[in-house]
Amino acid sequence: MKKAVFVYSPEQLGYKFSDTHPFNHKRLTLTMDLLKNIGALDDVDIVPARIATEEELLLAHDPKYIEIVKNAGHGKLSEAQCASYGIGTEDTPIFENMHEASAQLVGGTLTAVDCVMEGKAQHALNLGGGLHHGFRGRASGFCIYNDSTVAIRYLQEKYNARVLYVDTDAHHGDGVQWSFYEDPNVCTLSIHETGRYLFPGTGNITERGNGQGYGTSFNFPIDAFTEDESFLEIYEKAMREVFEFFKPDVVLTQNGADAHYFDPLTHLYGTMNIYREIPKLAHKLAHEYCDGKWIAVGGGGYDIWRVVPRAWSMLWLEMTDQKIPTGALPQAWLDRWQPEAPVPFIPTWEDPNPLYEPIPRKAEIEEKNAQMLEKALHIIRTEKRS
Amino acid sequence: MIVEEIMNDEPYTLAPTNTVLEALKLMRERKVRHLPVIDNERHVLGVITERDIKEALPSSLKDEPNSPVFSAMVEEIMIKNPLVGHPLDFVEEVALTFYEAKIGCLPIVSGGKLVGIVTTTDLLYTYIELTGATEPGSKIEIRVSDTPGVLFEITKIFNLHHANVQSVLVYPDSENTQNKILSVRVKTLNPLAIIEDLRQEGFDVLWPNLPGVSL
Repeated sequence: MKKAVFVYSPEQLGYKFSDTHPFNHKRLTLTMDLLKNIGALDDVDIVPARIATEEELLLAHDPKYIEIVKNAGHGKLSEAQCASYGIGTEDTPIFENMHEASAQLVGGTLTAVDCVMEGKAQHALNLGGGLHHGFRGRASGFCIYNDSTVAIRYLQEKYNARVLYVDTDAHHGDGVQWSFYEDPNVCTLSIHETGRYLFPGTGNITERGNGQGYGTSFNFPIDAFTEDESFLEIYEKAMREVFEFFKPDVVLTQNGADAHYFDPLTHLYGTMNIYREIPKLAHKLAHEYCDGKWIAVGGGGYDIWRVVPRAWSMLWLEMTDQKIPTGALPQAWLDRWQPEAPVPFIPTWEDPNPLYEPIPRKAEIEEKNAQMLEKALHIIRTEKRS
Repeated sequence: MIVEEIMNDEPYTLAPTNTVLEALKLMRERKVRHLPVIDNERHVLGVITERDIKEALPSSLKDEPNSPVFSAMVEEIMIKNPLVGHPLDFVEEVALTFYEAKIGCLPIVSGGKLVGIVTTTDLLYTYIELTGATEPGSKIEIRVSDTPGVLFEITKIFNLHHANVQSVLVYPDSENTQNKILSVRVKTLNPLAIIEDLRQEGFDVLWPNLPGVSL
């Protein structure tokens, strides 16, 4: 069995709103090129992403909504006609063949699921996926179809699996959370910047699930300006305790790379260290609890030049047990892309130290995050004692 | 918004002849702290609160499980002729009444009969809803001078970006009484272009501000 497969098809690049839109899948090209330059991604590792069928999309979406997306992408609808479906807005503008491109991203995540569940690989990565804001009948926050929701339902129906979804994107994974809010057999865990300012505004610790699903939804909202140590402390404790509590058959991680200091849309102060550590623990726990079954998808990440290629490369390197490089990035890669990049590259795998001015009230932010963690995990800690 | 929209129109009630023990049981079972006391015609005779009962009972440190207070009638310890509200009262007015009179509930009376009850919890929830966090959106806070036309100038910019505004709150600025803080929730993941335009127009955007630190 292979250690991991890298799911990708060039058609995934068709998910493109405009040249100026912050969600830009050129990130995939940049990441793959970086990995190929260091000899860490071979053509035999790449599995083409299939396109999700309509039946599969219906696992998570309303037929009427799918119809709207199709028609909008074929030029049959005006912006006003689809505005109530979240399409044709500034966040999610209409683009040509938007249904096909979106279904291709979902298909990629389903391909990843099948590779892992059919035993072709222990782990699988679909960086084109991770569109966690998509709702049943409405697009939101750059996301049209919610590949993770479809994939989790698919895992339940086809493989009867108990799924843990882990979301480390800086934005709350609202779409996936609400899809499984009442389902006791899917656990969602999201670490994100508090919704005080940031989209979508939800993800409070008090959102714990409903009905049968009460207690299987976990949120860890961290303060703006949170730095590496505090982020990782929350991540590590949350992961270990939730894995131990839920004991999943398979884990699906959403690996948004927008908690970095450079990310223009968020206010967290992470550095490359978190992107080295996040996959490491997910990998370890997947082996401890899930017999290695780990599917990873992409997500947010809006500094596509300085942050995302390095962060996502480290994810693939971890999945394939390759040594994470240190020091200089390959010169050929820097030379190839620097002319296009609007910012100077960070030329090394690590970030410069220090990356930013010291944060006032750092100790208080850490204290507040630690207090949040206590409250969020209280429910499983007390259950354990009794 | 009027009281009718937020009140509980099926409140639990007591008769004046119910005992203190019955009142206490009802409060514990239904998880409420206030009960209106009414007669057969639903006229409000009084209100009994958890605190009234606690004050009337002997200390829980004393071992007196059969205190005669438990079998006393609620009319003996209830607050007689309490403040009441009307279904058409404005929520803002009622909130002020709660604050000034330091009360925890208001029986709502229409045509002389009890028709509902409002508590501080209902009011708090209403104010939480006012902040607009029911749909996905980003929040932008802007420090503006307290002069006419400012909101118009700002909404022009939102309009330019086709941004759907979900809620607007106006706070006083704790640092300068000449200013106000506008807190706007807007339906977008990417408020950067809006923020840039607001700053270009000279507005002081606090996005986000670290408490006590100017960035």
